[in-house]
Amino acid sequence: MAAGTDTLHDSYQWQTRTNRLGFWLFFLSEVFIFGGLLVARFFLWGGTRPDLPQIPPLLLTVALLLSSFFMFRAEMAIATDDRKTFTRSLLLTAVLGSIFFLGVMFVEWGFTVENGQLVLGNHIKPTDGVYGAVFYGMTGLHALHVISGVIGILLVWNLGRKGHFSAERHWGVEATAIYWHYVDLVWVFFYPALYLIGTAVGHGH
Amino acid sequence: MRVLKLGLVRGLLGGIMGWLFGFALVIGARLALGLPAKWNPNLVADTSTVWRFLATAFAPYEPAMVVGAIFFAIGFMIGVGAVTDWLKWARGIETPFHHGARIPGTPEWARYFNVDYSHKVIGVQYGITGILLLGVGGTLAMIFRLQLAQPELNFVQPDAFNTMISAHGMIMIGAILLGVGAMSNYLVPLMIGANDMAFPRLNAFAFWINVPGALLLSSAMFIGGWNTGWTGYPPLSSQAPLGVQYFFLGVFFIGLSSILGSLNVIVTTITMRSPGMSLFRMPIFVWAAFATSIIQLTATQLIGLSFLMVLMQRIMGMGFFDPGGPVWYEVDKWVGGGNPILFQHLFWFYSHPAVYVFILPGLGIISELLPVFSRKPLFGYKWVAMSSMAIALVGFLVWAHHMFVSGMSNFLRVPFMMSTLLVAVPTGVKFFSWLGTLWGGRIEYKTPMLFALGAISVFLIGGLTGPPLGTVATDMNLTDTYFVVGHFHATMFGGFVFPFFAALYYWFPKATGRMYNERLGQLHFWLMTPAFWVMSLGQIFVGTHGMRRRIASYEFELGIGDAQMMVTIAGFVIFTSVLIMLANLFVLSWRAQRAGANPWRSRGLEWQVPSPMPEMTYATTPIVVGEPYDYGKPGSTYVQFAPAPLAPALGAGVTGGD
Ligand code: HEM
Ligand SMILES: [Cu+2]
Repeated sequence: MAAGTDTLHDSYQWQTRTNRLGFWLFFLSEVFIFGGLLVARFFLWGGTRPDLPQIPPLLLTVALLLSSFFMFRAEMAIATDDRKTFTRSLLLTAVLGSIFFLGVMFVEWGFTVENGQLVLGNHIKPTDGVYGAVFYGMTGLHALHVISGVIGILLVWNLGRKGHFSAERHWGVEATAIYWHYVDLVWVFFYPALYLIGTAVGHGH
Repeated sequence: MRVLKLGLVRGLLGGIMGWLFGFALVIGARLALGLPAKWNPNLVADTSTVWRFLATAFAPYEPAMVVGAIFFAIGFMIGVGAVTDWLKWARGIETPFHHGARIPGTPEWARYFNVDYSHKVIGVQYGITGILLLGVGGTLAMIFRLQLAQPELNFVQPDAFNTMISAHGMIMIGAILLGVGAMSNYLVPLMIGANDMAFPRLNAFAFWINVPGALLLSSAMFIGGWNTGWTGYPPLSSQAPLGVQYFFLGVFFIGLSSILGSLNVIVTTITMRSPGMSLFRMPIFVWAAFATSIIQLTATQLIGLSFLMVLMQRIMGMGFFDPGGPVWYEVDKWVGGGNPILFQHLFWFYSHPAVYVFILPGLGIISELLPVFSRKPLFGYKWVAMSSMAIALVGFLVWAHHMFVSGMSNFLRVPFMMSTLLVAVPTGVKFFSWLGTLWGGRIEYKTPMLFALGAISVFLIGGLTGPPLGTVATDMNLTDTYFVVGHFHATMFGGFVFPFFAALYYWFPKATGRMYNERLGQLHFWLMTPAFWVMSLGQIFVGTHGMRRRIASYEFELGIGDAQMMVTIAGFVIFTSVLIMLANLFVLSWRAQRAGANPWRSRGLEWQVPSPMPEMTYATTPIVVGEPYDYGKPGSTYVQFAPAPLAPALGAGVTGGD
């Protein structure tokens, strides 16, 4: 069989445009899984919410929103070939993202080992009826996206450090950036649904 | 080790290693924390037979089994090589894009067992895998149809019966999704004049993830089975045997394939059409594939989510759906535990639109074939194109017609009844277009055309049984009877199986360059179609005479024994007729006569190039200059080929890296 290529569809511009469309469709698809969880939240919790401490999630939310700003700065920097700002901002984004992730794991979920037993939940446990189920379902799916985003950012940072990407060719950066903003945006919906909307019931353990 | 050159073998090895790793990881972590390896120490393996042993040995380790299955899929994808290029990109290594065999020196057939980026190879891979699953699901049906052939038989034990009908249902849905993938991956690029899909690597990934999915789904039968039917409703599924978890995971991976594959189809259709092919000059099948893909891209997430929630409920105790679940804060009665109705909403939000995923491509095939074989323009092209989109969109608004008796709020019934009956309008548009196309045509009754006509007759049965189910008052009596079984088998055979077979016969000469045996094709048709009418009407009849669905046995007093026997016999005839098709296409055809480039005198783009098609289907760009279905209009052209070939491709293009 003759090997061959398709010259039109090999150009970087064409591929980037196509990739962009594919990425947005992927986000559209994900809207439905996040949306499904939101539906579950309102179906099962109605006008109530679990009574959880307010300050830690607020701080974590601030960290996540701030990280989006640095991601934006990184993308702007590479567009003007400012490599120093680019790599630095990426690293800052990853750090803030990790703070959010670890905060969810160890403060909100409260992973600890007590007398050799892995214990989950200093405020609320997955087994705590619909409150635990929805709380861990929503934060868990979102945290999975956050950690994959952080890994993506670190990969891009590593490539950037080695001289990859330029003002003209940086689809990898753009993709990571929109993914990151997307994950952030999801949290903008999840945070109030989990912590703010509805009357607090119960008093935790 | 020559077999290791086959991606499939490497994938299976990788999968097994992944499974062992995942299983050991969880058990190891438990032991390290000083916990016993078994979650439930009361469960002990039954060693009386191998079957009983498999069914009981793994149950005490359910969470480890789940993690093992996830790593099975990951290990498979790494082993088969579906992620190799992406892992290189992550390290900044660019990878060349090849058309043609990827490992020089391997025989042509080996391409089908390896990761290959050509959409034609991937389309065939989808098709063959789909047909294999059709065989598995069909065999299961033959077994439990024997049990149902006569009242009060004891041929299949109730537990095994439950597992078999559940597995039959979901394996067939997997088969249909793969068949849909086969048609859209193979045909969409050909029909729009493109040489491949927009994302060839994603395309290969989307195919291969089906393989671990199908393996997990099938293996669920051996590790205890499950008794929920294909719908997996909790609370039954949250108490079902371990098999239900592998059923969930199998569906999850096949669903992932749907999502990624449909994304690819949408982008390909939008960005890769030939010059001159405006939206309303696209072949009807492309419209159908496009509408289908919109559903697959979005709604599939909901079946994934709902199954994942039950999965988590089982292994983590998260009380989404069980009303009796524990409540962590003290008493307050007005907030209960989980709610099983929520599951049904999430599940049907996918699973109703999914039925249009099954049928829209098939209906597109019917509209594609009728003009060719009646040598007349497609009647009402624009209306047909738009009706696919309309069905897809209205299909999102009707899901609760599956829940009329579920205990959901009563006020929801009437709106969902109205939206359901609304779907009949765009479906009717298609029927009128088919009749209008056939009207006064010079019809050639070749096998593909026969199957298209058979599809219409069968789909009519399915369509007419829909409205009684969509109307609340009648559905209250018909729900959960064999009437529903008759309804959906007629819709799926008319909307998928018949058109899929039509497509296999129709494009077979294009793909292989050989013509199938027309006599055997006709024999297949004349066995299968009357048998299907008997089976379908028989199911409807026993349903209205009191036969429940998903019941392993029924009483003499119902007086439906004869009808049940007819259904079983008809089922066996259908099964046999399909074997004739497989022999015709895959065995006898190797000695068959050559077909020529355009045996059907079609106007479609792909018929203007030689058969079998070269690796790069279109060496010169096709330019669309007319309407696709103007058969019998003198002087009209659909496509011209650019006079000068594209600049010869030097060196391989490069993708990835930055
Ligand atoms: C005229 C249009 C249609 C209408 C009004 C309609 C209506 C319904 C209704 C109301 C039910 C629920 C029956 C019950 O459980 O009580 C149902 C079941 C079903 N329909 Fe249709 N339907 C239509 C077309 C289709 C098509 C085109 C397909 C797809 C191939 C399809 C596949 C199914 C399936 C698979 C079920 C069974 C689901 C289960 O296991 O419970 N239907 N239909
Ligand atoms: Cu439905």
